[in-house]
Amino acid sequence: MTDQPPVASRESRAQVRQMLLIGAVASALGIALALLIDWFPVPASAQAGPIDTLWDVLLIASVPVFVLVETIVLYCAIKFRMRPGEELKDGPPIHGNTKLEIIWTAIPAILLVGLCTYAYVVLTDIEEAPATEPLNVRVVGEQFTWNFFYQGENGDEISSPQLYLPVDRPVYFTVQSKDVIHDFWVPNLRMKIDAVPGIDTHLRVTPDRIGEYPVVCAELCGLGHSTMRQSAHVVPRDEFDAKLAELARGPARGGGEGGEEETDGRTLFTDAAQPQTCDSCHTLADAGATGTTGPNLDDTLTDLSEEQIRQSIVDPDAEVTEGFAPGLMPRYGDSLSEEQVDALVDYLMEVKGG
Amino acid sequence: MTARVRAPGLTRGAVFFVIGVLLSAAVVLVVRALYGFESFDGGLTGKAQNAILLASLLFAPLFFFVGIGAFDYWFYWAAGKPTRPEDHSNHGAYSWRDYFRVNTDHKVIGIQYVVTSFFFMLVGGLLAMIVRAELAAPGMQFVDSNAYNGLFSVHASLMIFLFIIPVFAGLANYVLPLMIGAPDMAFPRLNALSYWMLPVGGLMMTASFFAPGGSFATGWTAYAPLSTDVPIGQMFFTIGVQFAGASSIATALNFLVTIVTMRAPGMSFWRMPLLVWANFSTSLLVVIATPFIAASQFFVLLDYALGFNFFRASADGDVLMYQHVFWFYSHPAVYIMMLPGFGIISEIIAVKSRKPIFGYRMMAFSLLAIVLLGFTVWAHHMFVSGMQEWIRIPMMVTTAIIAVPTGIKIFSWLATLWRGVLHLDTAMLFALGFLTMFTLGGISGVMLAMVPLTIHVSDTYFIVAHIHYVLYGGSLFTIFAGVYYWFPKMTGRMYDETLGKVHFWLTFVGFNLTFGPMHLIGVQGMPRRVADYPEQFAGWNLFITLSSFLLGIATLIFVYNTVASWRGGPRAEANPWRALTLEWQVSSPPPVFNFDRVPLVVGGPYEYGVPGAQHGIFQPPVEARPRQPAGAAEREGEP
Repeated sequence: MTDQPPVASRESRAQVRQMLLIGAVASALGIALALLIDWFPVPASAQAGPIDTLWDVLLIASVPVFVLVETIVLYCAIKFRMRPGEELKDGPPIHGNTKLEIIWTAIPAILLVGLCTYAYVVLTDIEEAPATEPLNVRVVGEQFTWNFFYQGENGDEISSPQLYLPVDRPVYFTVQSKDVIHDFWVPNLRMKIDAVPGIDTHLRVTPDRIGEYPVVCAELCGLGHSTMRQSAHVVPRDEFDAKLAELARGPARGGGEGGEEETDGRTLFTDAAQPQTCDSCHTLADAGATGTTGPNLDDTLTDLSEEQIRQSIVDPDAEVTEGFAPGLMPRYGDSLSEEQVDALVDYLMEVKGG
Repeated sequence: MTARVRAPGLTRGAVFFVIGVLLSAAVVLVVRALYGFESFDGGLTGKAQNAILLASLLFAPLFFFVGIGAFDYWFYWAAGKPTRPEDHSNHGAYSWRDYFRVNTDHKVIGIQYVVTSFFFMLVGGLLAMIVRAELAAPGMQFVDSNAYNGLFSVHASLMIFLFIIPVFAGLANYVLPLMIGAPDMAFPRLNALSYWMLPVGGLMMTASFFAPGGSFATGWTAYAPLSTDVPIGQMFFTIGVQFAGASSIATALNFLVTIVTMRAPGMSFWRMPLLVWANFSTSLLVVIATPFIAASQFFVLLDYALGFNFFRASADGDVLMYQHVFWFYSHPAVYIMMLPGFGIISEIIAVKSRKPIFGYRMMAFSLLAIVLLGFTVWAHHMFVSGMQEWIRIPMMVTTAIIAVPTGIKIFSWLATLWRGVLHLDTAMLFALGFLTMFTLGGISGVMLAMVPLTIHVSDTYFIVAHIHYVLYGGSLFTIFAGVYYWFPKMTGRMYDETLGKVHFWLTFVGFNLTFGPMHLIGVQGMPRRVADYPEQFAGWNLFITLSSFLLGIATLIFVYNTVASWRGGPRAEANPWRALTLEWQVSSPPPVFNFDRVPLVVGGPYEYGVPGAQHGIFQPPVEARPRQPAGAAEREGEP
């Protein structure tokens, strides 16, 4: 590799200096631009800070590398391109330069080890067990919905179709799945973990900003994967305690914020049914619903009796429409009250009749 | 007519295929009857139909291979009949029909490979266009969610298993024996069989759209237990991958033996062109890693068809095991899809900069370093999978460190450019485009090595952006560069330089406008593999969709340019680029047996600018052909 020294003429050195100058200016501009972009969704947890800072550090480290490569390529393409009359000309026969090769092996290696060390520190930081007793929440994924379970005072589990979290209290999630792999992710909290059938996975988060954030399934889980979205409500502590008490009182029911029961069938269908509204998966012209994950109710409803409709809502796997896999639809008998189921059945009978 | 049916070829292949299907059906019905399962209820029951379909997918292709004649020689030999002496009638292509039969000429097979894989690239690209059309606006417009999941799954599977991996094998098939001064590959008949497995796998994956219940829709990763509990379309992937994988393994073995045993006199390992080094490294990866994906898909097949419960948690199956076995192949697969491209770029940059490649030995060593390190990073795909937490740390470090040999390559290429005489034609533009875009893909790869960041961005569009910067801006740019570079050699025609440059610039711009913004929407929280998305991402998605159509149009220009130039481009001279490597020292296209005189290699492959340097010289016309036809000698009894 060292059989020939590089042609280090004065001209060549001047060219290197010129290029490095261009590269340095472009890197500075690139870093400024990269840091100006609003990359992340609003941070809402104690974990978000260190992760967002890590991202900034990665940008500051990467942009110069990228800009350096771009600059050299562009500089060479402009400066050293073949000019008319040079068709048969060859470049200088430089075979290598051991010193240079050692430099560009060592510097990236050191940089990368440094970044890994920093990332390791961030990782231990965001996953550290808190000093205070965390709130335990069990998260259960199924096709295509999440259910959340809290520890009640008398040892009972309190279930909720929406996620409620007290602000500024560490939460320890135990994530499970009933069927296939899902992934529990709240982008604003930055943390995610797969829900894996057969094992428990865990996640620690400390929400620190009041608000409503999406809960997203990030692992492809079948037909309705993109509809598997719910809400995480980060609320003040007293509000959280009240919510938990309310959830503990009635079997987890209630549409929306206020907790009043929604019993209008059509509203239930499009807006209020828990854990997922019917229209996220079904098509029904009367409700303006266009979901395609489940059977098209405009077609299938006409063949069903009132009893069958009720069964399809309460225990959908008892009889599955041809062409659809069992287990696709959650059991609404678990999450809707009698009255709500009645209202839905009445509404669907009405649509069918009309 | 009977003669046509009896002679090996596509007709006999089709007949044997039908026989294969009927036999599979008969076996399935008999076995079901023996086990006491009902197969008829007026017609065939659904389960019996699925079982027959599954058995046919597995076995009918084998009958097809026998039918087209891929096994004729071996069967004669195995049956103790006199084998037909190899008269080389299966060498060379004299009309387009010769590309549709079992041909043992590595140059014909190379073209079969390249054309077939570009066909599947167009199919896969079309699927991507439909995916982008659906994502142009929130809500569902053109397809339902099942069809959508199928579209991106088939898109990825075709691009990976039917395009990038085999197109590299095809290019190397054509030029690698020429580069090392060999008359053909080491195992020409195995080479032919490897090729024919490819369209079978590809058509299977494409045909999955006609399967009852729709195509496979679990992504190219086919994670269990989702993949073991879906309609029969999934099996078109599970089994299609077996054929594509077997093809890949057989070709890799062939390359290894060819490189080790068939180099021309004087062609030491340290005089091999870097493309040969790259394919040597890639073949090592393929031979070691590809059996793992075969295993993972056989597990799925057994779970799906016979209830083996490898991955059924309720029956003590281990869900995470699938991912470990799958990624133990599929991470090295990323290098299988990149190393041959590194080889192509080394050839082009040296020739078009008119300079020796900078740091030749480090270029070769870094390839081997990537091979080794490539096996130590697989679990970085599983940072949020719920595996043991400690594994994440060593995997983070190895993943970051693998950027070092990659960096060595990038910097060496840049140093090769420095003070050269750059011929900025289409092949070189794609090579430079590769340098810049692959660097970006590599950088986002290093970011993804960092566990805390990956916890946030895994399974988002950031991953989609990264993979496309690596596989499109990386692999595909090198493929385009290689196709333009060897087009004169392979077809004997010159391509249209202006159209080539238009193709490059439209691709370069369209590519960045399509995949660049995906980094942003990924970090902002848009998960990947979703048919529908919240309103907040609508603007960027529309922008991406429009850009992707530009990319689609650019590809059509490439197709037009290659087809039109192949049919009527100006004749190419033997060595239009004034390259030193051996493939350019013979006519374009090369003679049927490559070299009429055995080349003697006397120097390195990239001695540009060295006065009087030579790579290969041609000996007086002793025999370049085998002294006696292969297979004519009595092989048995020989030591």
